[in-house]
Amino acid sequence: MTEIGVRPAISALRDKIARIESAERRSNGALPFGIDTVDRRLPGGGLALGALHEIAGGSAGAVDAAAPALFAAGIVSRLPGQILWCMTEADLFAPALAQAGLDPDRVIYFHAGDEVSLLTAFEEGLRHGGLAAVVAEVRRLSMKASRRLQLAAEASGTVAIALRRWKRLAEASDFGQPTASATRWRVTPVPSTALPVAGVGRHRWFVELIRCRAGESADFLLEACDAQGHLALPADLADGPAAAQAWSFGTAA
Amino acid sequence: MRKVISLYLPTWPTDRLRRRLGASAPPPDTPLVMIGRDARRRIVTAADAAAQAVGLRVGMAATQAHALIPDLVAHDADPEGDAAGLDRLALWALKRYTPVIAATPPDGLMIEATGADHLHGGDEAMLRDLVRRLSEAGTAARVAMAPTFGAAHAFARLLPKPLVLVGDADLEQVLQALPISALRLPPATVDGLRRLGFDRVGELNATPRPPLALRFGADVGRRLDQAYGRLPEPIEPVDAPELPFVERRFAEPIAAPETIARYIEKLVVLLLEQLESDGLGARRLDLRFYRVDNLVEAIRAGTAKPTRQHKQLVRLLTDRISTIDPGYGIERMTLSAPLTEPLRYHNGSTLEDCTKPDIAELVDLLANRCGEERLFRLAAKESDVPERSVKRIEPMAAATELRWPLHWPRPSRMLKRPERIETIALLPDHPPVQFSWRRTRHKVARADGPERIYGEWANSDAELLGVRDYFLVEDDAGIRYWVFRQGDGEDGATGGQEWYMHGLFG
Repeated sequence: MTEIGVRPAISALRDKIARIESAERRSNGALPFGIDTVDRRLPGGGLALGALHEIAGGSAGAVDAAAPALFAAGIVSRLPGQILWCMTEADLFAPALAQAGLDPDRVIYFHAGDEVSLLTAFEEGLRHGGLAAVVAEVRRLSMKASRRLQLAAEASGTVAIALRRWKRLAEASDFGQPTASATRWRVTPVPSTALPVAGVGRHRWFVELIRCRAGESADFLLEACDAQGHLALPADLADGPAAAQAWSFGTAA
Repeated sequence: MRKVISLYLPTWPTDRLRRRLGASAPPPDTPLVMIGRDARRRIVTAADAAAQAVGLRVGMAATQAHALIPDLVAHDADPEGDAAGLDRLALWALKRYTPVIAATPPDGLMIEATGADHLHGGDEAMLRDLVRRLSEAGTAARVAMAPTFGAAHAFARLLPKPLVLVGDADLEQVLQALPISALRLPPATVDGLRRLGFDRVGELNATPRPPLALRFGADVGRRLDQAYGRLPEPIEPVDAPELPFVERRFAEPIAAPETIARYIEKLVVLLLEQLESDGLGARRLDLRFYRVDNLVEAIRAGTAKPTRQHKQLVRLLTDRISTIDPGYGIERMTLSAPLTEPLRYHNGSTLEDCTKPDIAELVDLLANRCGEERLFRLAAKESDVPERSVKRIEPMAAATELRWPLHWPRPSRMLKRPERIETIALLPDHPPVQFSWRRTRHKVARADGPERIYGEWANSDAELLGVRDYFLVEDDAGIRYWVFRQGDGEDGATGGQEWYMHGLFG
């Protein structure tokens, strides 16, 4: 899996492509997840800043977008600055976002009446430049709309997160349509490991990187965001050092 | 489509009197009338709801009223005071609702609502708010919104509902069923028309005009056309002289959007000079366009924080130029700031200020486009009941202190209201073994709980004993749910022991 990423010919070609692309596209840096297995798969060593990222839920999560909301909250909580969260359905429960590390004072919510005003607000928020990130719960995202968003994000360096959320499960096949986003993620909850006592442990997600510009798709089994918004490798899967590293990231912030 | 609101205050003089008297006012169930002079007769000029209920009518002789109700409370009428009060009410509405408002004595206001509803969460919300605020102040109010003032005026007075919204499509249909007294014609004309057999507005509208005009004058045709929107009805908006105000007159009427935008920039500069010398920042701007044909169009823009930023204010105003219909041209533009707040200079490093644009600008832009209530922050509230623990605050409000406790997990999505689920669970304190929700059965693999939440007895008696036991359950697919049982599992007084789904963790 990992050998492809380090093969010299490929990486030389990649550098070349990056040089060609950089003439028109400037890099805004990246936000690492703090987990080596994940960051290694992402160009720039993390989630690109000033780019559009799509996140959707697997199975029932495509409709309720509960786990993807936490995944997004975990990402934006690690960025400094204000966040605009646009949605058409106001069923988000703010205490849960606070538990994923997102301070309530940092989030301004925009409850849009329809998809059109949602996308307008999404784009205005990105163009403005004063925000750290804009998260929008989007149902349909056309190629044209996503390209506008991507350009707006690139110009201001604001992170754009399109939280894809559909009305019906059948509509979720829309996620296969191409868009201009830099990465595309799918988050599906999986059973957590049994604790030695009664109760439930840390939530576990199967996170798929379905599409990644200038990178390859991958999938990871991760533990859900802690109170600082950090994901972690499950201890029973990770080899020693990685697990230790994940823990130190989790507690250092 | 134009939107005009007519506000009708059926008992304005008596409501005003009760308010002025305060605690010494007669109780609301005591009939109260105002007595005034009509030439040499003393007549009842206003009667409150209680007086009308016992058969007192406006226009009745004062002696007759006293004869009907021996202990009638009667006060001297004060028509000038009522008119002045109405003007003050118009100013209040100007500051609060829309930029173009006129008093229509003796008993109402005319409010031009075109392009102003976006700051109040839509037409209906704005009307409800208006009626609620007035009734809280002890003033009975009926309100109607229609495409023309003539129609709105009639609907507010003659339709049985206190709140009427009529759009372009239904205007004719609703209008034609109304009696002809709806048309704001002198009583003598209405009587004359009735004698000729006209009862409804629709009948009158279908009749050829010349004979009517010959007999009753041009008024009948004019009022009909005004109600149906075939003839414009100019409005002379009230103005508060003490507000910061600038204007510009044009020798040649202007109409092109680019020209309007250029003059907006100039007007904003002038207004900002005034605000600066007064040490004020604008919270709301009213831009009015006086058209050649005497109609007034307006743009209202609001800001979350007092500001004197030229660029920001110009953008907020020019953003809405497309809502303006310049007609044959605009001959005068005025810009005023009905809402201002003190704004001091602050000494800051210019380098630091340049780095990040102010979020307030973005908030204002979105609020002016989509509505102020659509932007908010969510803050913690002192309550254990989950749905009450979150409150909306203004997006630019100061930082909050209170935080939600972190020791119990909370779901990221809450259902609008808890949904009943069928469960198999051991009482009193075990989580369900399986449950069915929305016709799907889930087997519980792991669970945590109960987290007991007590009803807030201080809020209502019904919650005095109420208990909810919350469980976090994970089904065999790994999806987590937040379910609760109404009641503690033992005592029936604490709840019916039914199970509900309340939220999703994903």
